Amino acid sequence: MDASSIIDTLTAAVSGASYEAGSSVDFATIYVPANRLIETCRALADMPALRFNVLIEVTAADYLPREPRFEVVYHLLSIPNRRRLRLKVRVASNEVNGVVPSVQSVWPGAGWPEREVWDMFGIVFAGHGDLRRLLMPEDWEGHPARKDYPVQIQKAVQTYEPLEVSEEEFKANIQRDRLKRAH
Amino acid sequence: MAELRTETMTVNMGPQHPSTHGVLRLVLELDGETVTSCMPTIGYLHTGIEKTAEQKKWQQVVPLVERMDYLAAQSNSLCYVLSVEKLLGLEMPQRVKDIRVLIAELQRMASHLVWIGTHAMEIGAVSMLFYAIRERELLMNINELVAGFRFFPSYFRIGGLREDLPRGFHDAVNAFLDRFPGKIDDFEKLLTSNDMFMRRTQGVGVLTQEEALAWGLVGPVARGSGSDYDVRKYFPYTGYETYDFKVPTATEGDVFARYQVRVEEMRQSVKIARQAIQRITPSGAWACDDTRVVPPPKDKVYTEMEALIQHFLIYSQGFTVPAGEAYVPVEGPRGEHGVYIVSDGTNRPWRVKMRPPSFMAIQALPKIIAGGMIADVIAVIGSTDVVMGDCDR
Repeated sequence: MDASSIIDTLTAAVSGASYEAGSSVDFATIYVPANRLIETCRALADMPALRFNVLIEVTAADYLPREPRFEVVYHLLSIPNRRRLRLKVRVASNEVNGVVPSVQSVWPGAGWPEREVWDMFGIVFAGHGDLRRLLMPEDWEGHPARKDYPVQIQKAVQTYEPLEVSEEEFKANIQRDRLKRAH
Repeated sequence: MAELRTETMTVNMGPQHPSTHGVLRLVLELDGETVTSCMPTIGYLHTGIEKTAEQKKWQQVVPLVERMDYLAAQSNSLCYVLSVEKLLGLEMPQRVKDIRVLIAELQRMASHLVWIGTHAMEIGAVSMLFYAIRERELLMNINELVAGFRFFPSYFRIGGLREDLPRGFHDAVNAFLDRFPGKIDDFEKLLTSNDMFMRRTQGVGVLTQEEALAWGLVGPVARGSGSDYDVRKYFPYTGYETYDFKVPTATEGDVFARYQVRVEEMRQSVKIARQAIQRITPSGAWACDDTRVVPPPKDKVYTEMEALIQHFLIYSQGFTVPAGEAYVPVEGPRGEHGVYIVSDGTNRPWRVKMRPPSFMAIQALPKIIAGGMIADVIAVIGSTDVVMGDCDR
């Protein structure tokens, strides 16, 4: 089943969506418009002819200075049909804030990979709900995997709170615990 | 008597806890001894390998990706070189394929040995660690023999291998393969019918097949829940379709089932390695004959001008890879390893992205742990066999 036959199956299932086959050397690649991503993924996961039941990974690539600048890439696997598929969503540099929806409702395992894409590329997934720093420290500024992010920077990690408690705080904690136990 | 006032307690497990496999931090919320919620925090070992790889030439990335999953170094480099070779359109000689299969299986055994040692030690069978590490030492010696480096051999190169097999390789591998099945029996005598081990592992951390696949846990974890998905059978690479082996599965989905799957995987690895070592001749082709990638033999470099130029080009500028992208998965010891590479047609990769099985496993930990006992947390982490270098990259 190559990209064109998957597109035919999808077009019949998702009305009004336009897909585009991408060139690839390994397995079928399909470009999906961001506004139809959820319905497309739902169809890919549920239709018996497709049954892409495993989300292998979500990642992105930054094609600076090209526009649309980013591509979010989803690698899917169908164990019943022994097939792989690559979905791609083009994201322009003015669309990074919440244009791409989260696919967690289809594959729950998408949570962390999408969080990593936000951490590394700054692409916000709409409806994700937990876009915090994952690999980088929580107070990091910028998104390091972007091509315009400097490579060799010397930067001290800040922390919002002191890592060790002072002597007064330590005593206060002990006192608080004692009071708790006395209750 | 006044009603007993209770409240939940929040406990940090890690990042310095000895049983959390490196630097994994779990924020556990406890109600007595029951875990009500679990929040993993990762990133302590993030070294930006994927970003660094974009600054290196194609061949220089091999040692970098080996340092991601440090217990299965050659499983990382295998999927990386296979991805680049896919873009280059290279076909390897049969002998190179067989050597790669053999090394990959030895790597799987070495990784599973660390797993069985640490997993059993964490549940209380401390002596297992010494037995397992003793066997792994022999595999490390084979690595040293092959490449002069025990942990990160960088023996797989784009276009073949680094050099031909050393003298004494067959003897060392055969000696190990003759010895090892008896040792697996010993391990099983110590653990499989051990009442304490069974009580700590049976019925603990149960995961159904649907849950495992929905969370992307393809690999030994899913096979412990009944899935038969193995990349070597479903999408054979580097000649696995010509080998005779079984994919072990179990249906219980608990910690003990994952243990059984991995122990049987070691036996199957011995079987594959035996077939491979019989096919490999002591000397022969160790790289493909594509002059774009593989430097010419030394005697030609010293006698022919073109060969000298090519040699110089490969070691100074590197080679270019046609623009495009590829994702080639391999069955690593922890599940599906894969590298997604994007090339823009130059001598450096545009993007290198590892698909880390440990990352997905840690994401699913709250699902497996919540509702269980705090003592079982360690058993569950051990059964998923996570490596933080693989997770954080």
